[in-house]
Amino acid sequence: MEAVIQRAKELLEQGEVKAVLGYAKGTGSARRPHFARQAGQLDKLVMDEACVQNLAVYVTKHEVKKLGKVAVVALPVTQRAILQLMAERQLRDGSLAILAVDDGAVKELDSASALEEHLALKAQVLNAKDKASLADLEAMDQGQRWAYWQKELSRCMKCYACRNTCPMCYCDHCTMDCNRPQWVPVASHGIGNLEYHMVRTMHLAGRCVECGDCGRACPVGIPVHLLTIGAEETVHELFGQRAGHKAKLDYALSTFKTDDKESFIR
Amino acid sequence: MANTYNLSHESLKGLFGSLRRDGRRILAPVDAAGRVELGEVEAPSQVAADYLQTILSAKEVAFPKVERLLSYTIAPGRVDLKDAEPRALPTVLFGVRPCEAKAFGALDAVFNWDYRDKFFNARMEQLAVIGLSCTKADEACFCTSVGGGPADATGSDILLTPIEGGYLAEVCTEKGAAIRALAPDLFRPGNGVDKAAIAAKVQQAFDQPALTSQLPGMFENEVWADQALRCIGCGACAFVCPTCVCFDIQEEADPKKGERLRCWDSCGFHQFTLHASGHNPREVQGARWRQRVYHKFSYYPERYDMLGCVGCGKCTRACPVDMNLKEHLIEAAGVKA
Amino acid sequence: MRVLRVPCTGRIDYMMVLKALHKGADGVIVSGCHPNDCHYTSGNYHARRRWMVFKKMMEVMGVDMRRITFSWVSAAEGARWAQLVNEVTDQVRALGPYTEFRQVIGAGIE
Repeated sequence: MEAVIQRAKELLEQGEVKAVLGYAKGTGSARRPHFARQAGQLDKLVMDEACVQNLAVYVTKHEVKKLGKVAVVALPVTQRAILQLMAERQLRDGSLAILAVDDGAVKELDSASALEEHLALKAQVLNAKDKASLADLEAMDQGQRWAYWQKELSRCMKCYACRNTCPMCYCDHCTMDCNRPQWVPVASHGIGNLEYHMVRTMHLAGRCVECGDCGRACPVGIPVHLLTIGAEETVHELFGQRAGHKAKLDYALSTFKTDDKESFIR
Repeated sequence: MANTYNLSHESLKGLFGSLRRDGRRILAPVDAAGRVELGEVEAPSQVAADYLQTILSAKEVAFPKVERLLSYTIAPGRVDLKDAEPRALPTVLFGVRPCEAKAFGALDAVFNWDYRDKFFNARMEQLAVIGLSCTKADEACFCTSVGGGPADATGSDILLTPIEGGYLAEVCTEKGAAIRALAPDLFRPGNGVDKAAIAAKVQQAFDQPALTSQLPGMFENEVWADQALRCIGCGACAFVCPTCVCFDIQEEADPKKGERLRCWDSCGFHQFTLHASGHNPREVQGARWRQRVYHKFSYYPERYDMLGCVGCGKCTRACPVDMNLKEHLIEAAGVKA
Repeated sequence: MRVLRVPCTGRIDYMMVLKALHKGADGVIVSGCHPNDCHYTSGNYHARRRWMVFKKMMEVMGVDMRRITFSWVSAAEGARWAQLVNEVTDQVRALGPYTEFRQVIGAGIE
């Protein structure tokens, strides 16, 4: 894993990038995102098992785009998110130096097509814990699921950590912030929370790269990632498409097949 | 001047009973599936056994995340307006940390500044705080840098400090004395315990008065944009903060009826200062982060003669990207003008 | 019953269904032209995909899906439309008010 840090150093020192976005030691045993813009800030970069955040959330930010070309230390989830962002035309192809890290190996990628090829080498696997949680939800009956989510969502205070940590939630003007007309109540009361999480789930169905950062970000521990990951899995089961795998936009909900199969429309 | 007593574990159980017989609900940190949050309890055994702090602050007891201010109905030719009455239940907040107890003062400064907020005040009048001194701290804590301490009694009506067999109980206010009066026999004469020896050791991290005096001169310093580069602009820090007091007023209405709600808001949000014209005086996250620091460490002292931060570290623990406030303040304090 | 008219099923935002429930509806019919019979060529094909994902999301959330009926009914099928509305009305009447959902409205306000 030192290799990625070594390469990041070279890129910055040779002036090929203006900043390196990676991980650094944080409070206690935590890891945090770290921007190194001068050689002196490179020493803080670390790469280990505790580095999990999807750093792609930063690459669409105006403040980060203004830095110039950035090298990103990219785990598989970050790679998928970057590819999806390029497919959605939120990121110019070639605007990043991608230091792809997979099981300790490092590969430098500089284009959407290179990312697509690289990601095709290894199948995307849902982690065991989320898989089990989704199965638990599936096993509940309708009333139990309603009770489960109502209890969980009652803690939501609409801090929007789940939205803001999501690489795919890049809209400058989120539908949550629209008030003419106002679809979803601003207040974090029962109906406001329910509708917010339904809308978030629908907006990410077919676009979610399944990093789980939304769930990790929640300060009050609501497993909101099960909603988005669940919806993404639904899209995959129904239509065979996945977010973050194609350089050309492959969004399941902006296309159709005449023989799409369902059994509930009368 | 505080009167000091001894309160045994057994006596505390009795005190909980007395408080409940007096018609008060007791809110205390409870363990909810690994998270420590405030919950209603009947006996000390239900209080979380081992906790540093709750995730959320206790502010929601006096300043809930959503509260109704008024409601109305509209009929042809008339509008019937109804003021909401705050649901203020007699409440004892048990086991909150000294930093959080102190934080109610910062809320009070705003809610009773140029206007007396009836909702906040009604709840505060019904609220008594039994604080609990800290015997441990973590890397996010910095109470001693902002004028507090792990055994500081400010804001507590009664402050308990764990000792062998029970607690040292300092009755600090009239509300505290009223609680003692419910069961005076439970409070035994206290001995000369050295609180400081029991309390957690929290090193002073930075020179706050110096920081406050240099902040006006470093508004344009690039340190704020640098620190905010990894901030994702959510409201987690503000919503868990015991002193963050900003709110939004929302009208939820249809043509026949409506209600006005007060909801928590955060200066970290892009929309917080967005004008109707489209202009945003705090266009970038660096400006919003600076506002957060300045409000707590410059504008609060200037306006209310107190700090808007108690050093509890909740924001640091809640932050999805590990924005460590203590670390950032140390860095800001180290900036040479 | 209240009818919300839209030009095409492709125009149906799932938020309209949520808002119907929010405003107190105990049942919702989502309906429009049959696939392969779209005035705008493919509106209903797009809608179908969206409904498939939406229905699953609502199920995961624990919404009672007996209260939401999806049906293809063309403008030329007046009798079928009447029958559908009657059937769904009877079904929703039998289910009674959607109290589970209504309890959420107004909850969480101090």
